[in-house]
Amino acid sequence: MARLMEWVDERFPATKVWEEHVSKYYTPKNFNFWYYFGSLLMLVMVLQIVTGIVLTMHYKPDADLAFASVEYIMRDVPAGWFIRYLHSVGASMLFLAIYLHMFRAMLYGSYKGPRELIWILGMILYIAMMAEAFFGYLLPWGNMSYWGAQVIISLFGAIPVVGEGLAEWIRGDFVVSDATLNRFFAFHVILLPLLLALLVYLHIVALHKTGSNNPDGVEIKKQKDDKGVPLDGIPFHPYYTVKDIFGAAVFMAIFLAIVFFAPELSGWFLEKDNFEPANILQTPPDIVPLWYLTPYYSILRAVTFEWLPGGAKLWGVMAMGLAIVLFFFLPWLDRSKVKSIRYRGWMYKFMLGLFAVTFVVLGYLGTKNPGHIDLIWFKNVVWAQIGMVIYFAFFLLMPIYTRLDRTKPEPDRLTG
Amino acid sequence: MKNLIKIAVLSLLPVLAMASGGGNEGLDPVDINLADKSSLQRGAKTFVNYCLSCHSAAYMRYERMGTDLGINKQLLRENLMLATEKPGDTMTVTMSEDGAKKWFGVVPPDLSLTARSKGPDWIYTYLRSFYWDKSSPTGWNNTLFPNVAMPHVLYRLQGYREAEFEGTAGGIQHFAGYVEKTPGQMSNEEYDAAMRDLTNFMVYLAEPAKLVRYKIGVWVMIFMGVLILLTYATKKEYWRDVH
Repeated sequence: MARLMEWVDERFPATKVWEEHVSKYYTPKNFNFWYYFGSLLMLVMVLQIVTGIVLTMHYKPDADLAFASVEYIMRDVPAGWFIRYLHSVGASMLFLAIYLHMFRAMLYGSYKGPRELIWILGMILYIAMMAEAFFGYLLPWGNMSYWGAQVIISLFGAIPVVGEGLAEWIRGDFVVSDATLNRFFAFHVILLPLLLALLVYLHIVALHKTGSNNPDGVEIKKQKDDKGVPLDGIPFHPYYTVKDIFGAAVFMAIFLAIVFFAPELSGWFLEKDNFEPANILQTPPDIVPLWYLTPYYSILRAVTFEWLPGGAKLWGVMAMGLAIVLFFFLPWLDRSKVKSIRYRGWMYKFMLGLFAVTFVVLGYLGTKNPGHIDLIWFKNVVWAQIGMVIYFAFFLLMPIYTRLDRTKPEPDRLTG
Repeated sequence: MKNLIKIAVLSLLPVLAMASGGGNEGLDPVDINLADKSSLQRGAKTFVNYCLSCHSAAYMRYERMGTDLGINKQLLRENLMLATEKPGDTMTVTMSEDGAKKWFGVVPPDLSLTARSKGPDWIYTYLRSFYWDKSSPTGWNNTLFPNVAMPHVLYRLQGYREAEFEGTAGGIQHFAGYVEKTPGQMSNEEYDAAMRDLTNFMVYLAEPAKLVRYKIGVWVMIFMGVLILLTYATKKEYWRDVH
């Protein structure tokens, strides 16, 4: 065995890569709950790819056959229902893990220098993931798939001059049709998975260059022993491999409980209207995307000011775009001297808490009719407008409140 | 004719308003129990004899239904299938689409997934909301789905009844209650029970995997519980020298 490894190592840096990235990759020893989600995301992604491959074996990307082929998978393919639910629940679980993973970065300032590129690559990954989810959502060819795609693609029509032509080019037709389904299938199973795999690779390479941040937000590489090993670092393997396996077991238990006992999760993971085949003559009562896109959908619909030049829709689309793009600038918007929330003052704590609540509330409102009252006092659209103001204030005022904020001194070593 | 269309569209508005509410307002809750095999079998019988004449359940195979509900092939062939069909066939309908359009104005929707798109409470309430209405083209109307194209196929079981409405200030008519005219073969309780069986069957029909999903799920949860304990113990052991 040793001789075999020697033979391989002369031709391929197997042992070197293993040591550099796993067995001698030093990680802060104080990772808490929030640090499970990176490895969980990889797990779910692998699961999505594996279940996706099996689904592709039975699915038919054809407007006349797609809906029936999904039901064929649900009924006639052995364990097909299990594979399909793993995939559909998996999409939601992936976004749940993404949002918690991103929130972790905001709690402990992980996006701050020297980790700006990890953050930017992660944001590109997040957007690619949203595109992947959007393309995949059309494939069952249910009525909500159909009208959701119709609405989202029509957003491109709001762009002046080229908009309508662009929307038509994306659809390959004047309405969402067989041509659209075919290309979305190609994007969903080939283009984006390749892109995602590349981006995950880059995200991790960048992470392993700087090393992980931690709940104290101090660099463990500043305090090394005489062998050059960080004093507060422990090798990723076996410590974090066994810890992440435990995390994966807990996560999968929740995941599988949903798959077996509530795969629709009362319409949050699989919508009722999507059990009716796509029908160009019948619009669902409320066209809403799945929950992981609804915070932005809420912002889109919150811009109702028709007096704006170019119309409300154009500004709504721009506001939605800005809401996503602003995340990219976090490393430069945040002027605080410290990284972790543990050493920040009350202002950042307050703003981050408010932002998290706002994000969830916007997500909820995005699933509701804007004209109804589902919270208190005001119509949903008014709450969404208030939410939008808070959302943008969190980012745009960040350079001010992070500088004014009274921070505590950071420790030299990890505090546990 | 134009006026008729106007009336039809206007009378649909409350339905649209209710649908956009999306809630379960005004629906009678139904007790679904897929473990009740005899209920599923009775529901299957009603479904095949009454619904399947016009509606298809094109994603369901007779044979699968037989296996799942404990009906052997001979019983299946003699009672639940047409002579020309094979057990492996799906539950399609012989009525042509053009014919359906001529007779009902619409093609009756496929019922394979109705329990998932509308919900069991909706089906249960809908089936118990028909009333005799001379002004409608079929002679039947429905309080849950006003001016529905479907006639009351089960009237022999439920009998004839009319609906009473109360006019209010705005000229809007409010449903006040049903008046029994001619009794059917079943009493009210028997009819409700039969509709509960039918709804139960349609919940099965919408997702046959539901029969096994919960049972497997319990074992998976037990397995995951053990796995969590073992992985936690492993983690603890490895981390002793860190803490």
